[in-house]
Amino acid sequence: MRRGEIITAFILGIFSVYLMWKSGEPPAWNPDVPRFANIGYDESGTPGSGFWPFWLGVMMLASCIWTGVSWALKRTPASVSEEPLLDAHGWKMLITVGGGLLGFTGLIHILGAYGAILVFLLYYIRFLGKHAWVKTISISVSVPVVCFFFFDIAMRIVLPKGYLEPLFIPLYDIFL
Amino acid sequence: MDILFSLIDGIMIALQPMNLGLAIVGVIVGLFVGAMPGLGSVNGVAILLPFTFVIHNISGGATSPMIFLAAVYYGAMYGGAISSVALGIPGASTAVATTFDGRPLALQGRAHIALMAAALASFAGATISNVLFTAFAPMLASVALDFGNPEIFALMLLAFATFAGLGGDDVAKTIFSICFGLALSAVGFDIISGEPRLLFFDIQGFSHGIRFLVLAIGIYGIAEMLWTLNSARGDSSISKVDVSFASMFEAMSRFRHAWRGTLIGSALGFFVGLLPAAGATPASLMSYGIAKMTSRDSKNFGKGALDGVAAPEAANNSASTGAMLPMMTLGIPGSPTTAVLLAGMVIWGLEPGPLLFTEQPDFVWPLIGSFYISNFVAVLVNIAFIPLFLWMLRMPFTILVPLVFVLSVVGTYAAYMNMFDVWLMVLVGIGGFFMRMMNYPVAPAVLAIVLGPIAEPTLRQTLMQYETFTVFLTRPIAGPITIAAIFLILLPMVRPLIARIRGGRAGAKGI
Repeated sequence: MRRGEIITAFILGIFSVYLMWKSGEPPAWNPDVPRFANIGYDESGTPGSGFWPFWLGVMMLASCIWTGVSWALKRTPASVSEEPLLDAHGWKMLITVGGGLLGFTGLIHILGAYGAILVFLLYYIRFLGKHAWVKTISISVSVPVVCFFFFDIAMRIVLPKGYLEPLFIPLYDIFL
Repeated sequence: MDILFSLIDGIMIALQPMNLGLAIVGVIVGLFVGAMPGLGSVNGVAILLPFTFVIHNISGGATSPMIFLAAVYYGAMYGGAISSVALGIPGASTAVATTFDGRPLALQGRAHIALMAAALASFAGATISNVLFTAFAPMLASVALDFGNPEIFALMLLAFATFAGLGGDDVAKTIFSICFGLALSAVGFDIISGEPRLLFFDIQGFSHGIRFLVLAIGIYGIAEMLWTLNSARGDSSISKVDVSFASMFEAMSRFRHAWRGTLIGSALGFFVGLLPAAGATPASLMSYGIAKMTSRDSKNFGKGALDGVAAPEAANNSASTGAMLPMMTLGIPGSPTTAVLLAGMVIWGLEPGPLLFTEQPDFVWPLIGSFYISNFVAVLVNIAFIPLFLWMLRMPFTILVPLVFVLSVVGTYAAYMNMFDVWLMVLVGIGGFFMRMMNYPVAPAVLAIVLGPIAEPTLRQTLMQYETFTVFLTRPIAGPITIAAIFLILLPMVRPLIARIRGGRAGAKGI
């Protein structure tokens, strides 16, 4: 945890500096305006577009420095902890579950939302949850069906269909 | 007395069989729409607005369509708490604060108590608000106008200061989280100058801003689930909740311990709801903060305090009624939902204005009557459905978790119809998991991204108007609020000094 604490503070500090840098960006239609001209008041006395995010970035950086000082002085529980941020169980969980979630989101582009839900639930309930096939298939099929009738039919919110779009046209003809 | 007779007449019209039936249907539909992550009262009212034309054709009057819309609104406000408690995903921004303590209660196997407290606090909040609305509507409309930009920004500052001063987390990390959330809320276009800003890595998807739900669902739907999975270490169920009549009665009796939060939420919620551009979300977050600040048991907040559920739930329902006041008497909607409701009301004959109560009593009083009836129907329907919501928690972890992920992804897409937001939500979730592991509090970041779009314009417009920061200290309403906020921010730094001085005195006295 001790190493994680300072690495996190460092990464967030870098992000704070990046935020300050982006806040001072001149508008695309007027590149002649110098960077950081918008972080204070303009000639009409109006705070510029970068005023709010820039000073928030300054406060974020100050918070990261504060965390760094506390770490150096070993004032916080995390700065004195020698436990790892994630143990073997944690990394395995993150890879199987987090990876599955990323795969699910990526599959939406190919199989659409309903196809991706079916595959993700099959993967999770059967392979991670180790439930029986009957339970796995009944949940994996019923959830996308209920979602379809709730979102596409009842709420008229059309979820992405990916390459499976032609399969849904007859359903639209029947229910809409 | 005139008010009382008018109200009774209005309630009798709302109780006519057709209107009562519409109220029940509207509440049930609203409850389920509100409980669905990504969909809130604004979606429910907007999607069902066209149905009011059908209702109008059947009923032949403007009252029934308005009663239906009011019932959907109430149902959705109640429903937001359900997914916050049962799944740990706020159904809408108004239910974010409910997650802070509702979720820990569910994890402790006390979801029935949390859901019952949410339902009863919502009922109390809406009832108190309805009474205040009925009695003081015309007078309060003018008070709301005294709240200008400095006062509203001071209120925002107080909400942030509550987290920094009383959060109990590392102060530096809390301040970072608040600023981080505020910075994310500034992504997109600057609404004052119209300039694009903070398009990170020049990705055009950021041009529409980072929406609140993306962050909230990512943090509560994904990060929190990953964290629970990491902590549960193979434990198969999320909580061993008891679903029986006895447990329901026990939950009802426990509600007496949440009276403080309910009263704070009801009063503050109504008042914040009155303010133009505030609404139910800031009201619920502020009520949570004030309930925590004034509680003797503030350390239990965030770990399953019943007042932590009751205060925001009472507040968001109270504010929903309060927000009707500027909408009806001034024509200023306090929230996106009231903007849609205003559109519906104008379609059906409402002419907003200070003389509404004298010029259109036949329209206004049945509508106010329907608030009372819808609220009563909503609490009954909500309590009746609690066992169904609890059943979700009895599912094995290995089924509930993928369902929560599916709802998170689908809910995010349904809210914005944009895959960029879905990817962002998932990445925020995974990033949020690491921040949670490193003890960065996530609730202040969510609070900040909700309040950011109100805080920034009010601060900048104040500075444009008064050209000095001292205005926050010199105005009669903003001054005390700002001083209270500064005191709270300094509290964590002052507290060790006070303890040291006390320790020194005790040592000098030889104690």
